Amino acid sequence: MARRWTNDLTRSDATPRSVYMNRRQLMAGLGGASLLGVAGRAHAQEELEPNSLEEITSYNNFYEFGTSKTDPKKYADQLTTEPWSIEVDGLVDNPGRFSMEDILSQFDIEERIYRMRCVEAWSMVIPWNGFELADLLSVAGVQDEAKFVAFQTLMRPEEMPGQQYPILEWPYVEGLRMDEAMHPLTIMATGIYGEPMPNQNGAPIRLVVPWKYGFKGIKSIVRITALAEQPPTTWALAAPGVYGFYANVNPNVDHPNWSQATERRVGGGLFSKRRDTLMFNGYEDEVASLYEGMDLTATENI
Amino acid sequence: MTFSQRANVGLRKVPSWLVYLVGGAIPFWYLYLAATGGMGVEPINALERELGELAILTLVIVLAVTPFRRLTGISLVMHRRALGLLSFFYVLCHLLVWLVLDVQDLGRVWADILKRPYITIGMAAFILLLPVAATSNNWSIRKLGPVRWRRLHQLTYVISVLGVAHYVMVQKVWEAKPLAYLVIILVLLATRIELPRRLSPAEKG
Repeated sequence: MARRWTNDLTRSDATPRSVYMNRRQLMAGLGGASLLGVAGRAHAQEELEPNSLEEITSYNNFYEFGTSKTDPKKYADQLTTEPWSIEVDGLVDNPGRFSMEDILSQFDIEERIYRMRCVEAWSMVIPWNGFELADLLSVAGVQDEAKFVAFQTLMRPEEMPGQQYPILEWPYVEGLRMDEAMHPLTIMATGIYGEPMPNQNGAPIRLVVPWKYGFKGIKSIVRITALAEQPPTTWALAAPGVYGFYANVNPNVDHPNWSQATERRVGGGLFSKRRDTLMFNGYEDEVASLYEGMDLTATENI
Repeated sequence: MTFSQRANVGLRKVPSWLVYLVGGAIPFWYLYLAATGGMGVEPINALERELGELAILTLVIVLAVTPFRRLTGISLVMHRRALGLLSFFYVLCHLLVWLVLDVQDLGRVWADILKRPYITIGMAAFILLLPVAATSNNWSIRKLGPVRWRRLHQLTYVISVLGVAHYVMVQKVWEAKPLAYLVIILVLLATRIELPRRLSPAEKG
């Protein structure tokens, strides 16, 4: 009788969890949405080394505090973030106000290390703390007719000096299709590096949609509304045809003023090399199915 | 001596080489800042923008020399050539930073020049600057003769409009600072327009 093969390795021979679940591999796992799904893909091999807190908090686009990258850090400390609440309304069964305290106690805050790709062709890697937007929407009880979610930033010109000028239509508004909003990669972020959200990054709570350009990640949110129709979005209002509702990171569709094929990671210094921009910012396996059948180069789908 | 006369005496005492030295050192100072963290965490973009703004600011000063003299009697005309050449130098540095540090790829640089209107315009301004900078010397004035030389150097008016248009267009929104530069440049150019002289009653006869 042929000798049957037996396993001579025990559980203790396996790589300890602390080693295989080390930070870099977790980062390559892209926040846990599909730890296995991306393994083996070339881009997943990239080590996602987060930017420093200094970098993340001193180079921001938050036009409510001015159009320069350094304005948010200079002026955002004027913003009062306590008390804070989010009004949830529209096509939901349980409309109402969520205070920040409710939010922080009710939802599981976890770390998500995501790439952040700005439409201006620079990028960062940010270790967010937050919870899935889907959790909040399910508590609110989204009704069947709701196909979109709209978001609104605080309007408080006395603390947000940029709002005193008509640079954009204030307050800043954003929106997602319901399937995008319910996607496990989409989070409401409440902190960075385990610290409460710095004001210049959108305190106390903001949206993070890692496969879209950074401007979709609306900051300092005060209102979330479930809707049947596609809501207006600030940048698409400001420059229709240049910025669209979807704003998916796409290296093949240029901004009129620059190519989106490459990007520069912030923090690389004066001789930082450009790197190729990845389709859906590297989250193609997780989200491409949301856009099946859509021509992502068509102006109406940018 | 009036204030403007005293100012003119003082200004004439400033040697040209000092203007070139101080002005020429600024981009190196910026480069040092950018390399050592003084321009923030994304120094390439910051350096590019600072140099571009410095070029446009210097061009504004050049354009202001004549109206300022008419208005105050104070003349900077003896330093205008140095300021003009410095402006060209800043544009050159701005272009080099864009090419070498920012885009990093000659194929893409060329594609951008053809494809992006604000870059096409900026590049046109740079090309028009070349003959102006190359003839900013006494030998060229003699060679071309004052009339042709002057006409050639009136390209500065076109260059300044192209330059500030490039600055306004690179922004994602209508920003106050570039628009302020645009208005200032248009006002300075408007002072060059010679209004038809009204005939005096005597001339009417």
